[in-house]
Amino acid sequence: MPIYFKHRQLVLPGELLAEGNYVPSGAAYAEGNKIYASAVGLAELREKNIVHVISLSSVYTPRVGDVVVGKVIEIGLTGWYVDINAPYLAFLPVSEATTRFVDIAKENLANILNRGDVVVAKVLIADVTRENLVISIKEGGKLGRKREGTLIEIDPAKVPRVIGRKGTMINLIKSSLECDIIVGQNGWILIQGKSLEDELFVARLIKKIERESHVPGLTERIRKLIEEYLAQKKKE
Amino acid sequence: MKKSPPVPLITPDGKRCDGRAFDELRPIELEVGVLKNADGSAMIRQGKNIIVAAVYGPRELHPKHLALPDRAVLRCRYHMAPFSVYGERKSPAPTRREIELSKVIREALEPAIFLELFPRCAIDVYIEVLQADGGTRCASIVAASLALADAGIPLRDLVAAVAVGKVQGHIVLDINHLEDEYGEGDMPVAMMPTRGVITLFQADGVWTPDEIKYALELARKGIMKIYELQKEALRKKYEKVIEEVEVGV
Repeated sequence: MPIYFKHRQLVLPGELLAEGNYVPSGAAYAEGNKIYASAVGLAELREKNIVHVISLSSVYTPRVGDVVVGKVIEIGLTGWYVDINAPYLAFLPVSEATTRFVDIAKENLANILNRGDVVVAKVLIADVTRENLVISIKEGGKLGRKREGTLIEIDPAKVPRVIGRKGTMINLIKSSLECDIIVGQNGWILIQGKSLEDELFVARLIKKIERESHVPGLTERIRKLIEEYLAQKKKE
Repeated sequence: MKKSPPVPLITPDGKRCDGRAFDELRPIELEVGVLKNADGSAMIRQGKNIIVAAVYGPRELHPKHLALPDRAVLRCRYHMAPFSVYGERKSPAPTRREIELSKVIREALEPAIFLELFPRCAIDVYIEVLQADGGTRCASIVAASLALADAGIPLRDLVAAVAVGKVQGHIVLDINHLEDEYGEGDMPVAMMPTRGVITLFQADGVWTPDEIKYALELARKGIMKIYELQKEALRKKYEKVIEEVEVGV
C-alpha cells in the first residue's frame, strides 16, 4: 500500500496520493483503489488508513449542527431567507426564530427580523437535494439576532486555523483584548469589542491568520502583535 | 485556393515562422488569483495570446427552471475583446464562433468537475480573450481549469489543452494564428493529464490515420508540459505567502 505524499505536503487537484486499502476524507476522492486529491490542500494520513486533504481554498457546504453567521436578505410568508455564504439561501422559519406564538396573518415579520439584520444561527436541515436549507436561532446561548459588532469574511477552509487547536488561537485574542468573537463555520466572523478600534485590530489579526494559515509559528506571531498593540495603547 | 502566407510558414533550415521547432510550445506564463472580485481566477500568456478566466460559484441558479435537481450546471462564456484581434475591430456581440467555443470549452471542463456535489447550483466561468493569436480555445481551457482550482471547486484533475496543426505537410505543436490561417489542418486537444482522458478533440483539414496518431502523441507531450506549468502556477500562489512571512512583511 504505497503512499505518495509527505506529511502536510501541498497537493493539487488530480494528484495521486495513495494506492491500496485507504479511505478518502476532506478534499480527497477514491477511484478504484487509488486515492486522489480534489482540491489544493495539505495531505495527511490519519488513523493509518484515512487519507485526509485539508483544503486551502474551499466552498462552504453546510452540515447539520454548524453554527453560522448570516444576513437576512428576504422576508417570506412564513419566515426569512438568510444568506449564509453557502451555495444556497438558508430558510429561517418563524417557529425557529422565537419561542412565543406569532400569528403570521396579523403580525408583520419585518418587526421581528428585517432585511440586513445579522443573525447567529444553527443549521437544522442540510439536505439540499430535497428540502430547503433550514436554520434556527431559537436555542439561546450565542444564537440570535446581533445588533452590534463588526462582520468580516474569510475563506471557510481557514475557520479551523482561526479557532486554533482546542480554541487556543481564538481564546488568545478573546482574553487579551476582552472582546467576543463568533466564528461561523461559513467563514463569516462577528467581532464585538470594547471599541471600534479594537474590532478593526481584531479584524486585521484574523485576516493575517487567514493569509498565513499554513505557515508554522502563527500563534507566536499573533501573540507578539497583540502585545505590541496593547503596549501602544497604554502609551496613548 | 487559399492565399499564400505573408511570410514562409516553414523556413529552409526547418524552423517555423516564429523560429520554433516543430515540437516546440510557445512561451507560456500562468498566474493564479489575478482578480480580487471573482471566487477564482487565472491568466495565461501563450505567445501573443493573453486570456483571463474568472470563476463564480457554486451559487444559486437564476432562472430557477434551468437548475438540475441532482447536480450543478456549468456555464461558460468565451468572449473576445473588441481590441483582441489584428486588423478590424471585432464586434463585442457574441458571434456564432464564440457561442460554439463556449459550448466546446464547457464540455471540455465538465468531466473534471464534481458537479454532483452541488445540486440546483450554477458554476459560472467567464473567459475574456484580451489578445488573440491562434489556439485561444486551448489556452482558455488551461486558464479556466486553473481558475476553477483557485475557486476551491472540487476537481477530478486539472484540464490542459493544446492545438496541433498540419503546416506544409509537417505536423507541428501549438499552432499560432498564421499557421492556423494558412496551414492545412488544425486539431485542438484537451486532456485530464494524470488520467489520460481526452475531454476535447476537434479537427479540421485532411488527416491520414497515421498523421492523427502522430498528432495525438505530439499533443499529449505538449499537454504534459503545460500541466507541469499549471501545477507550478498553483503552487506559486501558496508559496508566495510563505515567502512574504519569512521576509517579515
